[in-house]
Amino acid sequence: MATEVKLFRSWSSRYALRIVWALKLKGVEFEAIFEDLSNKSSLLLQYNPVHKKVPVLVHNGKPVCESLVILEYVDETWNGAHPLLPKDPFAKAEARFWAKFSDDKLMPLIRKATLGNGEEKEEARVLTAENLKHVEELLKGKKFFGGEKIGYVDLAFGWMAYLINVLEEVSGATLIKKEEFPLLSKWMENFYEFPEFKESWPDHDRLITKFKNYG
Amino acid sequence: MGDQEVKLFSLWASPFGKRVEIALKIKGIKYEYFEEDLSNKSSELLKYNPVHKKLPVLLHNGKPVCESLVILEYIDETWKSERSLLPEDPYARAMARFWAKFIDDKCIAAMWGARKNSEGQEEGIEELTEHLKTLENELKGKKFFGGDEIGLVDITADLIALWLGVLLELKGIELLTKEKFPRLCEWIDDYLDHQIIKETLPDRETYRDFLLKAKF
Repeated sequence: MATEVKLFRSWSSRYALRIVWALKLKGVEFEAIFEDLSNKSSLLLQYNPVHKKVPVLVHNGKPVCESLVILEYVDETWNGAHPLLPKDPFAKAEARFWAKFSDDKLMPLIRKATLGNGEEKEEARVLTAENLKHVEELLKGKKFFGGEKIGYVDLAFGWMAYLINVLEEVSGATLIKKEEFPLLSKWMENFYEFPEFKESWPDHDRLITKFKNYG
Repeated sequence: MGDQEVKLFSLWASPFGKRVEIALKIKGIKYEYFEEDLSNKSSELLKYNPVHKKLPVLLHNGKPVCESLVILEYIDETWKSERSLLPEDPYARAMARFWAKFIDDKCIAAMWGARKNSEGQEEGIEELTEHLKTLENELKGKKFFGGDEIGLVDITADLIALWLGVLLELKGIELLTKEKFPRLCEWIDDYLDHQIIKETLPDRETYRDFLLKAKF
């Protein structure tokens, strides 16, 4: 299918990376357009007037915004190779639930637990540990959240594979200990080491600088 | 899929719970309703939604589905033979999901902002105004967000149709007017006049009294 696929992204956007991974898994060729988020292009603003954010997938000139929405669009459009979501409606519902959990619950908690201050930071650390237990539970008997292969939930949690280390280093806090979260730790390693994603990881030092400046 | 055991744990005053009821009714699915008491959460709720301990929870043949938008898509995919809540075309589906997310992520946050007193409120109202303008634009040329018929986005927007109006009224904020948002107000009228919406959503006065008593 000779089609035009463009992805507006930034060098570090964890949300845009989800789409990079999805397109790679599906073997879809695309053009990556790197945005400077402090100086957004008029094209980006035209394609995402509501949120003015990355990622935006533009397929044959039509924009799709919001990473989880884009993932489902990619899965439904390129439905031959490497399905991301399970077929069964209940399994699908569970997958969507956990992706939402990653963004709505886990991410804000981990942010507070590492970049936050004082009491709020300590509270967040405790809650993070509690919530990570659910994620650990999910991996019982599985290599990836998607089973044998990387799936939608793996892509949703993918930010952890490279950002946890960075956040831990910047904050001096250890959130994920191997002894406490053996399955999750192993998953992070497997995901990070996945051959097709090797070139995708944002520069570690540059990330450290970015998060150190979060104040 | 034929008749199976469908249970809904919800709250009569929750727009999230009402979304699920609307969807079940549109699809003609029989369900058993359980009203929860948030000050005394049932052991079922804690068992079926251990992660968030929130409502609504849909139980289908004993298996729980949580998060209203996740439940709506589950209903649409499981009971395929009845009327669809989402379009067939992947791009149109992506648009529907985008707008549903917009309502849940942005509009709700702005509504909470508008609820505040003094300083915080002005910012909240500004934000809310912006989002309502966006929705107003989206409705151009369509009767409902879903087109001729109510779809996922309309169901998700139940809180715009009822809850927002009551909130603004109680706060004395004149925002949702025909002058400022003609299309949106028209949509609200059409929506609230829809047979299924009428029989599902709580009575406006009842909800208003409930909010007053709750001293929100």
